[in-house]
Amino acid sequence: MVQSLDSLTETPSQTAGPYVHIGCIPSFAGLPGVYPEDLGLSPISDGAKGQIITITGAVIDGTGWALRDAMIESWQPDAGGLFAGRPGADPAVSGFCRFAADKDSGLFTLRTVKPGAVRHRSGMMQAPHISLWIVARGINIGLSTRIYFEDEDNSVDPLLARIEQRPRVETLIAKRTGDGQYRFDIRLQGEGETVFLDI
Amino acid sequence: MSEVTDQGALIPRQRHLHPVPYDPEYKTSVPRSPKWPLLSMESTPSEETGPRFGHSLLGPLDNNLILNFSKDGSPAIGERILMHGQVLDENARPVPHTLVEIWQANAGGRYRHVKDNYLAPLDPNFGGCGRTITDAEGRYQFLTIRPGAYPWPNRANDWRPMHIHISVFGHSFGQRLITQMYFEGDPLIDRCPIAATIKERSQLDRLVAPLDMARARPLDFLAYKFDIVLRGRRQTMFENKLEGM
Ligand SMILES: [Fe+2]
Repeated sequence: MVQSLDSLTETPSQTAGPYVHIGCIPSFAGLPGVYPEDLGLSPISDGAKGQIITITGAVIDGTGWALRDAMIESWQPDAGGLFAGRPGADPAVSGFCRFAADKDSGLFTLRTVKPGAVRHRSGMMQAPHISLWIVARGINIGLSTRIYFEDEDNSVDPLLARIEQRPRVETLIAKRTGDGQYRFDIRLQGEGETVFLDI
Repeated sequence: MSEVTDQGALIPRQRHLHPVPYDPEYKTSVPRSPKWPLLSMESTPSEETGPRFGHSLLGPLDNNLILNFSKDGSPAIGERILMHGQVLDENARPVPHTLVEIWQANAGGRYRHVKDNYLAPLDPNFGGCGRTITDAEGRYQFLTIRPGAYPWPNRANDWRPMHIHISVFGHSFGQRLITQMYFEGDPLIDRCPIAATIKERSQLDRLVAPLDMARARPLDFLAYKFDIVLRGRRQTMFENKLEGM
């Protein structure tokens, strides 16, 4: 026998199910009035510094079908690379957003400021990115991924550098479709499967 | 080089203690589960930081599902229960001041949602969502009604055990967790393909809340205890910076 460790282990996940919207964005789900407004309606408020951008996309299953019931959360720093609450961070950037696939088209839209680069523990800079967490019926543990941008220098990003199959790097890079407009699809499975993170 | 720090990287997830992503018995997981291995990497500030929500967010009835949707003060129909517990991290430290959200079916097993057309009726006084923020010791509580079991389209006759969905933030985006609380003694737990996506029985047991008579209030409500453990961060005085990176 040995001494026992005083640590605990994480509670296991379960799927968020088809009605996650009731709990997380009830007004969107058709239950207005329980809360004054849904949490995380926007990651920015008026006066946020930096470039305002809009990212549109879909969460696509292994058959090519866009999920209508996915919910996504995003987390990012301000345009200067500072997360909310850090000294000097832009007070108009909460950095957190909750958004859902449209129930008819499956499209989601994230309107935010383009994030700045963030320093990694190693001292190295990470390329600008937005972290995503995706839940839905049929997803047993939330999926983590990141949005990078094709018009930024992604060449020395430590996470992208770890992707051994180089064509898969493209799955994490939002494509510019216009001024301040980007497209980012999340493919759960099949051709072009998004790189999901254990991080 | 090293620097003195209290909070290191997030402790990696032990994925075998979580549900399997792909499980043919839970049919919707088949086209929605990634086939490629996840990309594993030590956490970065993007995962170690996270949104914080203050107590000012909360309304007085946010954690009272019996009354928070009632138009005239009439209580929701069903067995009155107190759901309570503590949010801890893997270092067994309480997680204070973190947002906990729940959602559930009504006493008949029906959700207030356009896509739920189960035979059981809606309760005009029950919405089905609540939220609270843990106190300084990481404790939380909700007053609600016991949700009913309900059938769902999977195999020909699958029923969900009574359950409450729970979402917890922690203090880091990498701690984000959604799970479900089941109730002690429910025979449907062992027949549920969603519960069975957790392959280690002792892990599923961690989602089953015991009846807690010490917290039940006579002539008012029964109580169930549900503690939640989030990922912890490595506690160390020495954080190595990788040379040459
Ligand atoms: Fe449910």
